[in-house]
Amino acid sequence: MNSIVSVKGLHKTFGGRPVLSNINMEVSSGEFVVIFGPNGAGKTTLIKTIATLTQPTKGIVSIEGREAHKHSVDVRRSIGLVSHDTFLYDSLTAEENLLFYGRMFGVDEELLKNRVNQLISDSGLDMRMRDRVATFSKGMKQRLSIARALIHSPCVLLLDEPYSGLDPEATEIFNNFVIRDKDIRVKIMASHNIENGFKLCTRAVIVQNGKIVFNRQKSDIGDAEDFELIYREILGF
Amino acid sequence: MLKSFHIAIKDLRTEFRTKQMLNSMIVFSLIVIVIFGISFSDVAGDMEVIEQLAPGILWISFAFVATIGISRSFSDEIKNRCIDGLRMCPVDTGAIYTGKMLSTIMLLFIVEMLVIPLFSVMFNYTIQGVPELVLIIFLGTAGIVCVGLLLSAITINSRSGELLLPVLLFPLIIPVIIPAVISTGKILAGGSISDIIDELRLLGVYVIIFYVISRILFEYTIQE
Repeated sequence: MNSIVSVKGLHKTFGGRPVLSNINMEVSSGEFVVIFGPNGAGKTTLIKTIATLTQPTKGIVSIEGREAHKHSVDVRRSIGLVSHDTFLYDSLTAEENLLFYGRMFGVDEELLKNRVNQLISDSGLDMRMRDRVATFSKGMKQRLSIARALIHSPCVLLLDEPYSGLDPEATEIFNNFVIRDKDIRVKIMASHNIENGFKLCTRAVIVQNGKIVFNRQKSDIGDAEDFELIYREILGF
Repeated sequence: MLKSFHIAIKDLRTEFRTKQMLNSMIVFSLIVIVIFGISFSDVAGDMEVIEQLAPGILWISFAFVATIGISRSFSDEIKNRCIDGLRMCPVDTGAIYTGKMLSTIMLLFIVEMLVIPLFSVMFNYTIQGVPELVLIIFLGTAGIVCVGLLLSAITINSRSGELLLPVLLFPLIIPVIIPAVISTGKILAGGSISDIIDELRLLGVYVIIFYVISRILFEYTIQE
């Protein structure tokens, strides 16, 4: 199967300190890969490097066969990124935020209006679409943040610790929203929330000290409890 | 270029909605003009004296107002890491810089156009050569913003960024301030466009050079 996201020999150092060491990963269409690991393991750096926000020190990231850091402007059309930062402008309304990002991605103006309405409806924010984002709760902002990331119909969705600050109900709404979009061919999420992450994934990856120490299909692992045991054993706690 | 306009429109929309920067800039320029107006109240209406004072007073006001505007130009982008949202868009970072530049010039220009009539009232002075003066102010503002935005992007993440900005900015904008003050003086003294052609050329060249340099360097200032 052809991989949509390919990471080969990826190294990243910050001020001489290695943050990622020899990361190799292939993600094919239909996969939902969740990268688990403790704080400081390198999950966010890996997501940011795949998203082209961070330059790798060594190694290659390819998205749909294009080298991401050589063709970053072009490759970004295929990527949607949801981070714990929402990338939303507080003084704009939900609708204005989505329209702005849609225009930045060059979405056709007529299609854009429909896309905005559809995404706002999917995120359950219909009644608040003309309210300023500053007045939204954390959960609402995070749902709008997904809508923002999906505005240009990307085929790769990257999620970096999207659950931070969300209560269980908001987490459930968020999960449904992520699962619902069938246009996304690949989803990669960094999380230390084992319960939520394992529920959504088709493959689980564990990163420790900047290295991939576990990479297996969900079907080969068992249930969430089994995985938690593996996780604890690998990390030694 | 279209993407730059989208960024500029977004910036202007957020600013007109919150008026955080506009209010500070307008209040500051009011204070400067009123203080000078009170200090020089004895010479109000004396055309010859005011012609000598006006360029300095106006450009002191413009330069300090520009510092306020420029120092806040990236504050919305830093909040919620919107700058990363922009970097994730399929646009050249130069287009982001151009968009920020257009909106900042527009905001400063609005404030400067409010300062001119206020100055005229405070000093009981009829301003001559308004179209030429507008051209000088526009080019001067563009020059200050071209350099200032780059410095603002560099200093925004430092703890004392807003203090550092004027220290770095003022030496670099001397080549803008000198021709701007001289040409403003000439126009207010009744000169025509042909009298200020050298100064306009200097301002134009400065804007082009620093726009190109800043556009190229901007990418490195917003990288992680």
